[in-house]
Amino acid sequence: MLAQQMVNGVLLGATYALFALGFTLIFGVLRVINLTYGFYFSAGAFIALYLTRVLGLNIVLALPLGTIAAGLVAVAMDSLLLPRLRHRRTAELDSLMVTLGAVLALYSIMTAWLGPDIRRFPPGTISADALEILGVRLTAAEGLILLASFVLVAALMALMKFTRLGLAIRALAEKPDAAGLMGINVPATSRIVSFLSGALAGAGGILIGLNFNAIQPYMGESMMLRGFVVIIVGGMGDSRGALVAGLALGIIEVLTAGYIDSGLKETVAFAILVVVLWTRPQGLFGRAVGQRA
Amino acid sequence: MASSLKISGLEVAYGRTDAVRGIDIDVPAGRVVCLIGANGAGKTSTMRAISGLKRPRAGRILLDGADIVGMKPHQIAALGLLQVPEGRQVFAELSIADNLALGAYLVRDAAEQARRLESVLARFPRLRERLGQAAGSLSGGEQQMLALGRALMGGPKVLLLDEPSMGLAPLFVDEIFAIVSDLKREGTTILLVEQNASAALEVSDDAYVLENGRIVLSGQASDVAENPSVAAAYLGG
Repeated sequence: MLAQQMVNGVLLGATYALFALGFTLIFGVLRVINLTYGFYFSAGAFIALYLTRVLGLNIVLALPLGTIAAGLVAVAMDSLLLPRLRHRRTAELDSLMVTLGAVLALYSIMTAWLGPDIRRFPPGTISADALEILGVRLTAAEGLILLASFVLVAALMALMKFTRLGLAIRALAEKPDAAGLMGINVPATSRIVSFLSGALAGAGGILIGLNFNAIQPYMGESMMLRGFVVIIVGGMGDSRGALVAGLALGIIEVLTAGYIDSGLKETVAFAILVVVLWTRPQGLFGRAVGQRA
Repeated sequence: MASSLKISGLEVAYGRTDAVRGIDIDVPAGRVVCLIGANGAGKTSTMRAISGLKRPRAGRILLDGADIVGMKPHQIAALGLLQVPEGRQVFAELSIADNLALGAYLVRDAAEQARRLESVLARFPRLRERLGQAAGSLSGGEQQMLALGRALMGGPKVLLLDEPSMGLAPLFVDEIFAIVSDLKREGTTILLVEQNASAALEVSDDAYVLENGRIVLSGQASDVAENPSVAAAYLGG
């Protein structure tokens, strides 16, 4: 029982980590709090739904295509909203307000267009077979979620650490002006960061959609609340912190639901957030944002 | 190899505040030219305009005769006009090796990168032992060496040095100016902005004195150094 709960927790936590990683990436690099980020989560799920339902694509194809499409949506929206905010003295607060307005508008448009009902992937999107190892059940969907989360996180980490683009992104995160002096194309690199973050959100949306087989326009909103918990607990802009905190949140939610009461899982998540903000506002792993600048 | 830089009628403004009010500076190929002046005279605004970080209100900035006004910082860097910015601006969280790699960001050829790294490390041996350390762990003087080394990694055709001696211990100040003299001997074109006027005038061929956004005096560095008003205002009598 505990083993099964842990597996379910890791599954949920892996998608939280994936989602939070993109959120913390865009904050860490562009120094804006981008609330439209939750929309890219919903967008990814709906694009994958369209690809499987209307075009009849296999989920193994729909997942990467939906991920890329969500990244492109993010590039378009971020290019529209963020550049004029980034250079303001109060960029963090201004971006919070502007993107809050934008995301509410986006959700409304999406709901007006697609309706508020919960949609499901067509039957047979993914095999219903399950693997049973030592009494722990793992369905094909769950296997795909684990694999995709792992691959995406590892790919992002490798990109940041070992490639020329990753070096440029890390330089841009620390000192945008100095990065420009090095010959880094700052606007273009910022768009790539938007793409990467939107793609992670989109992948998260598709995977959560698969996990619960429920897709609706506002699904990104409840995810954003968790995204905030994860990046604040992990330390804003800290990707390793986001991974650890994301996994932990998933496990805590599943264990709370399993052993205490499923109605309490969000209470526990936010209680953790409040305690962390009281005691370690810079996050469990991170340094204060002010100290990074 | 070395290029020339010519600035004419440059004006830089922040809102309604005029920082630079129409200046002309000529940096011929292979020469070291210094721009001296007090805090707030407009030195850093001039540098930011040259490197494309601040769009000037008017004027022309010619690199080998071609106007670069309106180009983005990365495009200007790609032309070989490389800046060591005020306050060093090293990437404190990145390793020294990464900082140097960023200096050669536009150099695609790995063999050329390695060659430049070797020559920079020969010039700054202190950096060699600490390549894996975060740049933020270096002292101010060492960070200035790193910032200089980072610019040299890019193979500058014109090197802009903004206050390289600011806030450094005297020993490091001497070392920085010794390196500037070396670079001068090697034929690098340098525009040097300094508050430390005596050291700057000593190493430069030509000098410009900036006050309230205007050039009030210019000429050969040795002549400028002997000007009584410069001596009184910048050289401590």
